[in-house]
Amino acid sequence: MSQTNGPTLAKGQPIITLEGVQKYYGDYHALRGISAEIRAGEFFSLLGPSGCGKTTLLRAIAGFEDISGGVIRLDGRDMEGVPPNRRPTNMVFQSYAIFPHMSVAENVGFGLRRSSMSSDEKRRAVAEALEMVGLGKFGARAAHALSGGQRQRVALARALILKPKVLLLDEPLSALDKKMREVMQVELIKLQREVGITFILVTHDQEEALVMSDRIAVMFEGEIAQLDDPETLYRRPNSRRVAEFIGMMNFLPARVLPTGPGGGRIALEVAGLGPAEIEAAQCPNGANVGEAEIGVRPESLTVLYEGQGAEGGREAEGTVKEVVYYGDMTYYDILLDGAPAPVRVSMRNMPGRRVLDYGARARLAWDPRAMVLFC
Amino acid sequence: MRSEAGKGLTLISPTLVYALLLLAAPLVSIVLLSFWTQNFLTIERVFTTGNYAEALTDPLYRELMLRSLRISGMVTLLTVALAFPVAYYISFHVRPDRKSLWLFLITIPFWTSYLIRVFLWRVILAYDGPVNSGLMAVGLIDEPLSWILYNANAVVITLAHAFAPFAILPIFVSLEKIDRSLLEASRDLGESKAMTFLRVTLPLAMPGVLAAVLIVFIPTVGDYVTPRLVGGSGGTMIANMIYAQIFDLNDRPMGATLAVLAMMIVAMVLLWGISRLRFWLWLADRAGGGVKGMAVALAAALAEIVALRALFVLGPALLVAGAGVIVLLALATAGSILIFLRLPKGRWGI
Repeated sequence: MSQTNGPTLAKGQPIITLEGVQKYYGDYHALRGISAEIRAGEFFSLLGPSGCGKTTLLRAIAGFEDISGGVIRLDGRDMEGVPPNRRPTNMVFQSYAIFPHMSVAENVGFGLRRSSMSSDEKRRAVAEALEMVGLGKFGARAAHALSGGQRQRVALARALILKPKVLLLDEPLSALDKKMREVMQVELIKLQREVGITFILVTHDQEEALVMSDRIAVMFEGEIAQLDDPETLYRRPNSRRVAEFIGMMNFLPARVLPTGPGGGRIALEVAGLGPAEIEAAQCPNGANVGEAEIGVRPESLTVLYEGQGAEGGREAEGTVKEVVYYGDMTYYDILLDGAPAPVRVSMRNMPGRRVLDYGARARLAWDPRAMVLFC
Repeated sequence: MRSEAGKGLTLISPTLVYALLLLAAPLVSIVLLSFWTQNFLTIERVFTTGNYAEALTDPLYRELMLRSLRISGMVTLLTVALAFPVAYYISFHVRPDRKSLWLFLITIPFWTSYLIRVFLWRVILAYDGPVNSGLMAVGLIDEPLSWILYNANAVVITLAHAFAPFAILPIFVSLEKIDRSLLEASRDLGESKAMTFLRVTLPLAMPGVLAAVLIVFIPTVGDYVTPRLVGGSGGTMIANMIYAQIFDLNDRPMGATLAVLAMMIVAMVLLWGISRLRFWLWLADRAGGGVKGMAVALAAALAEIVALRALFVLGPALLVAGAGVIVLLALATAGSILIFLRLPKGRWGI
């Protein structure tokens, strides 16, 4: 059993420290020097495309993979050589790994065998854990007679009953259908807030990561590309790659002008939009005079209708190249005059707001505060 | 357009005819023959249960039948005990792309005739064979071991070798089917490797173990070649007696009777054994599981075996006629069937 009794650290202090973690599979370099701190009580996500090493990192924290270099410190202790059964972590597996030869209650109580509780206390703990995940009446049921969502809850209860310092979740929602996934997302957030245990979630679904996490580490090819809270990650991605992975982003060629207005502000000339001024904070990798690119999210561009005007005259004109109607939203691809490729614009559909036709001329309003500059 | 059922029947009809002609018909004729009697050179076609009465009361037949069961039981135990680690190794430690090669290697002994393999064991275990001369050469023994050939031990050794692949394969299949994340989950939930084996791997491998037990036990009870070649007088089994009845003593009905009885007894022993196993495992769970449950079940099993053994020893005195034995067996069978009907299949897949 994991020798722990709930979180011992104050919220916000680092509970897991990764220092230059390396992992080789033969010649394949799966983890290339991962360094990060995961704080007690936070909902932390490892996000990335398949093969980026996120699951390997999670399994290394759980103790299922030996690391080839670096240090994993859990609650201050170096985890080198500590087997999974002696680590203060518990895991929810992608397949849920529910023991098919046991009842639901036996599954949930599996890890209590070595605890000092009496059998009455164990029974009560199992009942409480099942109640917590909303499976109060399912204890006697055979494990193989459960639906996907129920299995997931059993896996959660089975891990949380041991009060781990860190709960590891390996793509826990990927086997569920869309509706169930959304329900479970909300439930997981609530649960995490209730129990106050640090959650580390591995996912390839950027939306899931944004919805659930306090902080997200975006991983590509065995490295952390960016580690930030969801809002920063979305608003200020530090590379074009992260920007493309998280949500949708338009990229337009831009030129950084040498004659800056001063005060840390930077002057640009953006293709299709015209002159713009942005702040230094909007340039994650600096601003060098010359050719660059700006990124802008579809919802930061607005289609202007007759009689409407843009603030400060920041308008651009173009031709509608594609219309995708989603009911609540309409997505337009608009080729701005002077831009090399169309930009995507998302507009909420409202009464009295006409959906533009293919080929129509359109005016767009834009806001330099929503831009990110990639040099 | 013919119906689905009609199509199905047409599809299986060649096999069905073949099976009926070659399996069911001989079986029926053996059963028929067992109720007739041999009158020197001719068969007396008069219905009688005399053969059965004799077979069930004659101590010689009883001894041979019990010995056959005992030897098969030991062969089964030995084979499964040796096969499990092999199957486990192939399933868990051999690289996935090498598994087929390993399975292929395991079947290599089958390339040689069964008869030749048994003969080879006779050479290996012989008085001046490699086992004895080897042990003497390294100084472990001073004179050749006499208990390794021409007795029951030799039969057990030879049969255990011959049936090893039959036990390895089903156990391997059941181990392969175990989702590896279950083992990781057990480790993650705090169990050591050994406890993970006991709590997860073994219960989930039980269907394979059970299949191995059936596959080894059933054919070895009736094995003829091995006891004949390496068994000596102490290793003679029921099949040798059936052979002797038919070919040496020229009493074909008696041979048929013994064959039918052997078949029924094997069926009953298995039925009884599996139902008892289910009952004991159920008892272990009822007693709270874990070490306590295991102790309770083990005590119940031991008590039952001791009682049964006493009954078997006292049996001939208590039940003089063959009918008495039949009643006893019928009762045991009824009890087993009751257990199957009343107790659900447990977590061990039994």
